[in-house]
Amino acid sequence: MNAATAVAFDTELLELNARLRVDRVTLPLRGDEDVVGLRKQVRERAVAISLSLVDQTKLVTAASELGRNTIKYGGGGACHLDKLDDGFRKGVGLLFVDNGPGIPDLDLALRDGYTTGGGLGLGLSGSKRLVDEFEIDTRVGEGTAVAVVKWKR
Amino acid sequence: MERIPILRMGDLLLVTIQVDMHDRLAMTLQDDLTERIVSDGAKGVLIDISALDLVDSFIGRMISNTAAMARVLDAQTVVVGMQPAVAITLVELGLTLHGVKTALNVEKGMALLGKNLNR
Repeated sequence: MNAATAVAFDTELLELNARLRVDRVTLPLRGDEDVVGLRKQVRERAVAISLSLVDQTKLVTAASELGRNTIKYGGGGACHLDKLDDGFRKGVGLLFVDNGPGIPDLDLALRDGYTTGGGLGLGLSGSKRLVDEFEIDTRVGEGTAVAVVKWKR
Repeated sequence: MERIPILRMGDLLLVTIQVDMHDRLAMTLQDDLTERIVSDGAKGVLIDISALDLVDSFIGRMISNTAAMARVLDAQTVVVGMQPAVAITLVELGLTLHGVKTALNVEKGMALLGKNLNR
């Protein structure tokens, strides 16, 4: 069983931008070291579509925050890395999925400085500012999915 | 176990982070630095992050905490060499590294520590 099928949370976000998807690779997220691997893979994809250095850094940083959330709060899961092309521009899409407890109060979780994990509370709110598209689907007791996209300007 | 080396120069400690740190490695560095400040009687800590192409909230917090712990232990911390793209991302993320002194490069960081330590 690979990581993609191991994650059971059935989210509509799996099909977000599906028509624009050129390629999808899935990485399991189980522990700290997986976040390092994820950052490397995201960086490679950002470079491949010639994102500026600042945009690469923003996307990789968002990936690091969200990947950590998946592991720390979601109890592990996976990240789907998508190469996107809408005919005019290329982009990198990331979808983080876990089977964790879900987020009971999403508005609160998206507020700067709010944390249940003893962190800085910037993971979700901060990541949102670093990307062009940001969507969350979460159901209590089922899991959480966070989709982000960075487009080449 | 994987560790980031800490060099001693007089009463200063020098750290150059050259690997992409996972969270446990960052925590180990924080612990090691705090221990070394006490065991070496260090008055200053210089952390070179010029090789880091990312500082996320975890690494940022580790840096802030290290500086705060050093201060309580009577040592000053200077973080040097942050890449411009990292600085832009850090601020947009919402991190300000409150209470952390910075300098553009190792040379300027050393000068800043020297000045603050009255040398």
